[in-house]
Amino acid sequence: MTGTNQTTLFDIHKAAGARFITYAGFSMPVQYTSIIAEHRTVRESAGIFDVSHMGQINLSGPGAENSLEQLLTCRVSSLPIGAVRYGCMCNKVGGTIDDITLYRLETDGFFLCVNAANISKNLKWILSNTSNTKVVNVSLETSLFALQGPKSPQILEAIGISNLRNLKRFRFRTISVGGCQALLSRTGYTGTDGFEIYLSIADSKKVWETIFAAGEVFGLKPAGLGARDTLRLEAAYPLYGQELTEKLTPLQAGLHRFVKLEEGGFIGHKSLIEQASEGNSKMLVGFQVEGRGIARTNYPIIHNGRTIGHVTSGTFSPTLQRSIGLGYVESRFADLETEFQVLVRNRPIEAKVCQTPFVRDAPKRSQEEQN
Amino acid sequence: MSNSDNFPKELYYSKEDEWVRLTNDRATIGITFYAQEQLGDIVFVELPEPGTVLSAKETFGVIESVKAVSDLFSPISGEVIEINEALTERPELVNENCYGDGWMLVLRISEEKQHESLLTAAEYCTLIAEREQS
Repeated sequence: MTGTNQTTLFDIHKAAGARFITYAGFSMPVQYTSIIAEHRTVRESAGIFDVSHMGQINLSGPGAENSLEQLLTCRVSSLPIGAVRYGCMCNKVGGTIDDITLYRLETDGFFLCVNAANISKNLKWILSNTSNTKVVNVSLETSLFALQGPKSPQILEAIGISNLRNLKRFRFRTISVGGCQALLSRTGYTGTDGFEIYLSIADSKKVWETIFAAGEVFGLKPAGLGARDTLRLEAAYPLYGQELTEKLTPLQAGLHRFVKLEEGGFIGHKSLIEQASEGNSKMLVGFQVEGRGIARTNYPIIHNGRTIGHVTSGTFSPTLQRSIGLGYVESRFADLETEFQVLVRNRPIEAKVCQTPFVRDAPKRSQEEQN
Repeated sequence: MSNSDNFPKELYYSKEDEWVRLTNDRATIGITFYAQEQLGDIVFVELPEPGTVLSAKETFGVIESVKAVSDLFSPISGEVIEINEALTERPELVNENCYGDGWMLVLRISEEKQHESLLTAAEYCTLIAEREQS
């Protein structure tokens, strides 16, 4: 990928006051007004995110199900048509190539929603590990909006989408918005009720504006990647590149629920089985900062003056009004209530392992998403 | 953003986006409207102890927004005689009123005329207009 891609909505975002950052080769809105205000809007009413930088890869054909079963840590054969499942794609030693959501469109038809920075890497890996499967990267033709927050269902009803009560978490269906076809999925990355809407890039302006016009009376505001990050961190969802990398396994990241350890049959299984029986040298924990200061990515975590780990993500939680973070620590420091310090500009600040999600009203991932 | 209304004429400005208000041998210091807007929601401010002696361009503290961590630089030399304790509990005052309740510290100036090397409001506006274009 050369140069910087713009979302097709660049001008609309700009007119709405967006400030942009380059992320995975895309110029995307990081905030429109204030990260904290956008965060609260999502928790209290609804926000809409343009996340069209995310990648989509179609897999179809008689070998698709078996190929995906081998590629992914989550169960594939039991996934019904119209359902979504979260999982990881691992390398041979169990390291995480990407974390994904898998959609089953029909018996032999699936698509994966993948992280923008990993699209080409994933394609190479998928192509070298599939058989009897047609693999098509549709990322550049596909827009993705995330409509998140408690008012999201009402906003969709206002644009003529009915029966949302029957669309459970981790289910999807096709919809029509002003004559534009789209795929509506009850999923998200914010830890609140909401939807993700996949559509053709050609329809993106029209659909964005339609949702917006209907949503304003419900307090709908555009939200940027800044709020997306603080929201997902309150929900303790991992972010690829921070909590997950090719050197870290889904088990170390605490994603056991999304790994078919017993059945196996997927790449990396052998290593993960060993890790599960022998234990991990380090584990991902959620912690709250007790002292004054904000933990940031790569800050050392210390105990009795010795480095026992590093912060992978940290922020000031707008909901809790305190500093929270995720980090990898030596496993014996991973128990709840364990106290350690985060080294903030050479000063140790007290912190304590706590339960996740940090924000308790963030819904737990449902059974449907689990294995 | 470079609207001159956001940059009071009676203040001096540094290229590092701090402002200085001179009152006899005292200098009150804070960050500019432009700086707080660029940072976004400010959630943490770390200031030096009173009695600290600062040289011009020296780091005197840290300001953190939700996304970013930035150093604070003293525009001029002097001894810290007062800090804005209110920012410990309410760092958002810097966003709300950067030239008023969001002030950061007061220095007893140690070098007369040092402020002459700082920018006027008009010069500072030109500087940030150039930055916006680049």
